[in-house]
Amino acid sequence: MKLTLSIWRQKNPGSKGKFVSYPVEVPNGEMSVLECLDVLNETLSERGEEPVAFEHDCREGICGTCGFMINGVAHGPMPATTICQLTMRHFKDGEELVMEPWRSRAFPFVKDLVVDRRSFDRIIQSGGYVSVSTGNVPDGNAIPIGKDDADRSMDAAACIGCGACVAACPNGSAALFTGAKIAHLGILPQGKPEQDRRAVQMVAQMNAEGFGSCTNIGECTGVCPKEIPLEAIAKMNHDYLLGAWKERKSVVTAIAPVTGWEFGEK
Amino acid sequence: MSTAVAGPREHRAPSFWQSTNGKKAVMAVTGAILFLFVVGHLLGNLQIFDSRERLNAYSHFLKNLGELLWIARGTLIVCVVLHIVATVQLVLLNLKARPVGYKVKKSVASNYADRTMYWSGPIILAFVIFHLLEFTAGTLHPGAPAFSEEDVYYNVISGFRVWWVSAWYIFSMILLGFHLRHGMWSMFQSLGMNHPRHTPVLKQAALWITILIIGGYISIPVSVLAGWVR
Amino acid sequence: MKLDARIPTGPIEDAWDSAKFEMKLVNPANKRRHNLIVVGSGLAGASAAATLGELGYNVKCFCFQDSPRRAHSIAAQGGINAAKNYQNDGDSIYRLFYDTVKGGDFRAREGNVYRLAQNSVHIIDQCVAQGVPFAREYGGSLENRSFGGAQVSRTFYARGQTGQQLLLGAYQALERQVDAGQVTMIPRTEMLDLIVIDGQARGIVARNLITGKLSVHLAEAVILATGGYGNVYYLSTNAKGSNATAIWRAHKRGALFANPCFTQIHPTCIPVSGDYQSKLTLMSESLRNDGRIWVPKQKGDKRRPDQIPEDERDYYLERKYPAFGNLVPRDVASRNAKAVCDEGRGVGETGLGVYLDFADAIQRLGVETIRDSYGNLFDMYQRITDEDPYKVPMRIYPAMHYTMGGLWVDYQLQSTIPGLFVLGEANFSDHGANRLGASALMQGLSDGYFITPYTVGNYLASSKLKDVKASDPAVQAALTATEQGIAKLLSIKGKRTVDSFHRELGKIMWDDCGMSRNAAGLRDAIGRIRALREEFWQNLNVPGSGDDLNQSLEKAGRVADFFELGELICIDALERNESCGGHFREEYQTPEGEAQRDDEHYGYVAAWGYTGPGNKPELTKEPLEFVYVHPSQRSYK
Repeated sequence: MKLTLSIWRQKNPGSKGKFVSYPVEVPNGEMSVLECLDVLNETLSERGEEPVAFEHDCREGICGTCGFMINGVAHGPMPATTICQLTMRHFKDGEELVMEPWRSRAFPFVKDLVVDRRSFDRIIQSGGYVSVSTGNVPDGNAIPIGKDDADRSMDAAACIGCGACVAACPNGSAALFTGAKIAHLGILPQGKPEQDRRAVQMVAQMNAEGFGSCTNIGECTGVCPKEIPLEAIAKMNHDYLLGAWKERKSVVTAIAPVTGWEFGEK
Repeated sequence: MSTAVAGPREHRAPSFWQSTNGKKAVMAVTGAILFLFVVGHLLGNLQIFDSRERLNAYSHFLKNLGELLWIARGTLIVCVVLHIVATVQLVLLNLKARPVGYKVKKSVASNYADRTMYWSGPIILAFVIFHLLEFTAGTLHPGAPAFSEEDVYYNVISGFRVWWVSAWYIFSMILLGFHLRHGMWSMFQSLGMNHPRHTPVLKQAALWITILIIGGYISIPVSVLAGWVR
Repeated sequence: MKLDARIPTGPIEDAWDSAKFEMKLVNPANKRRHNLIVVGSGLAGASAAATLGELGYNVKCFCFQDSPRRAHSIAAQGGINAAKNYQNDGDSIYRLFYDTVKGGDFRAREGNVYRLAQNSVHIIDQCVAQGVPFAREYGGSLENRSFGGAQVSRTFYARGQTGQQLLLGAYQALERQVDAGQVTMIPRTEMLDLIVIDGQARGIVARNLITGKLSVHLAEAVILATGGYGNVYYLSTNAKGSNATAIWRAHKRGALFANPCFTQIHPTCIPVSGDYQSKLTLMSESLRNDGRIWVPKQKGDKRRPDQIPEDERDYYLERKYPAFGNLVPRDVASRNAKAVCDEGRGVGETGLGVYLDFADAIQRLGVETIRDSYGNLFDMYQRITDEDPYKVPMRIYPAMHYTMGGLWVDYQLQSTIPGLFVLGEANFSDHGANRLGASALMQGLSDGYFITPYTVGNYLASSKLKDVKASDPAVQAALTATEQGIAKLLSIKGKRTVDSFHRELGKIMWDDCGMSRNAAGLRDAIGRIRALREEFWQNLNVPGSGDDLNQSLEKAGRVADFFELGELICIDALERNESCGGHFREEYQTPEGEAQRDDEHYGYVAAWGYTGPGNKPELTKEPLEFVYVHPSQRSYK
């Protein structure tokens, strides 16, 4: 099978990028898209050209590191599948695959298909946790949690933080990501005491990062490799509205987005 | 390395109105009020099928509500303004959220109605202005030599007999339908009322209620053009 | 060198409590004056960084990924063991301890394992409190399952994503400390050297992977939680980025490396499909509960599986191990799969695979029951292979999975360099020669949440630590050496890519130091690794520069370390003239072909010291004593 990969090449945020076409030969439908890029990169390296930078790690669809657009769809054409688990048999001989990085103001560009998703970490940092320190806890079975609640919480907790929701949203909204964490913790009794503060702070951070607004159209869920339901966003809105009222006297602050990479001393 | 321990929070967070979620909630509430108006207005208008007298009496009743009428009108105007201001601000924000666009972008989950909210809105606004000028202010009166303060029935019939007035009306109503279809379940979502069990039901209900409402509105110009109502 | 493991004396049940009591404490007001470095943000690293932050220390946590949540702990599927005995089926801390020591084929320290079993119960409590959505019964209590052949149900799980959920719990605790200003998170940064001053670990040299800039970070103690070294084998179930650079460079600075040859091969992975293969995907071990493993009786039988009649199939595990059948431990299942494939009876296009057949289970239990239990695994299999496991038997083959060896640590998890602590898979301590299922998550969290926070404090309170500045000659020397190392990799400008070297190294390791090993093969492998390493340093091609994101350069540095570590694995395997757990030497087997241990001569931990480039490493032995669990021959007949 012969394909053409049209890949966004841009050395750094300051330089100008362009699409470059590479013909590739696919020996076997079981090859994954990332393995196809591996082979392309081997060829490029042998020719003395710089390989295509793309992110990947576990290649089992769980770490959330990989992800880019294939022909305008985040993570490519297969539903509930990350790029690393997308095999080449889903493409036709002679097809052109357009590969673009996630595009979002809150995901600053790094190189080729790589972007910087630290804004997601800051959203979690702003309140996506249960404030419990090590050791200070009751027995695991002290608080019963109904199976339905545990399952709904797990549905939301399955988020892998890949950023496909933001990439697919016409508005570049991070509502599904933020909602997933708020729903995961908000549904469980452990997360209830901080429910209001959590929602208010996480929404504040999401806004401070420059993500767009949610128009409830569901493009995010459509590309989500873990099929996080849209109800997660409703849960966020619910907790936020109540929280904004109950916490109306608190001063809410957000973390300044960082884009540099300077740490430590030389 | 600094040994002073201090949290990294520096920014004062966006307020309720400044936050995207807050604005969406405002849009949901104002949208809900406007939806109630759309339903009420339809029920009033459908009296045209009863008789000229009934419709004119209804119109007379409304115009003589006095302060109440202005409170209602004021509420609707505030809702429209808030609904539009929130939308415009969100659109501007959303444009900034993706400074570099995609070469290829496909939709995988959303439907036509979902994606047309931004332009169905402005057209409906244009229609509402036209509609007010035609039937409330009486500034425009195509198809009739003059606007009648008393005989609303006459205004309607003479207006809709002009083919393009009816066409414009029907076109706008179909857009309103798209707008309602998305908006009706979307407002539940924005207000946080959503549940795996209810959502599919809500979406279905939104579709059928929309068809009913829009069908009701469109039945008026169609009946006029067809000569069923004269 | 004499190794002191600092195992507390007295009854094992009280050992950890008394050790904790004897530890010196750091005054709360002084904690914030101590700077600590944690490298790695998986279960062990994130939990340690979060807990140390909670205690008031100033922590810097490093990871090479873009976010701490990506660490490969996230990929663990099955679950986490804990001796809660919620199922009332006779479990206890002692039983978990016993099972782990026995499962490790008597090559782990009793003291460490007992403490691990004790901590297991606290881990579950901690994770539940953090909001980890473990599976629940309808009544609301925690659900358990039995896993990996255990006779009790002690495994807690969150669907097939237990590792993910536990890691997110630790990650969230970590982010909470970042928000509190206690932890500075430094992502996309790789540790390239350890700074040792006056014999104490005092900092690291790190490279930012985006800007290529090197930086020095100084601290009073350094904690490594960087995972295992399975990627020496190129094809493994590890993440592509998993590497041994941090522990290997610490080893080169003086930390001993223990039992490198104890590597675990997982029997149920999706087979290799071609030369381009970049990693192997694990299929949960639970599949063996209902699947039957077989190959054709006849060599080179290329018929479709449904055309091979029942009497021409060899259900080899059921035939050889009637008592355990398809549920024999990982090492036994793996070795037998290799054996039948070596005989030429393997299935699939490459001949490297065996069938895992669900036809009988589907007939007996119905498709729906099977779908409920394994639906997501079957889907994943079908996504990758395009074969429907409900109709066609799955093809599976063993793959490199976990490394029990690692940097040597004492009971306090401190390496042979004072102030250097090693946690999780990166250390060697708890699993002996073979790890049981659902134990890796337990160890990572036990080390991070419940051990290091005490032992690091003890070290800080009982050590003299002088002020160190970045201008210190040792710091500058480490920085210069790192700079030169990178420049060297970039300057070779040869013909071969990093991956081609890595793939070839992996093949040598897999063929000669994989599921079964022999002296001649190992000697040969050592020679070939050396020759390949020579070529690597002559003929490597790293495109691009060192001043921006250069993934080839990152890989090159890691592969350079894999060469040296690969050789050490072979040396250790050659030195250990016995078979135990994951280490199977063909010369040492029982008449039935099972692993034959030699407790008298090899009942020790082999800790290797670095003696300079190209020199033979120096072996130090830590004898193992078994007071509670008496070594016996494992039998699964």
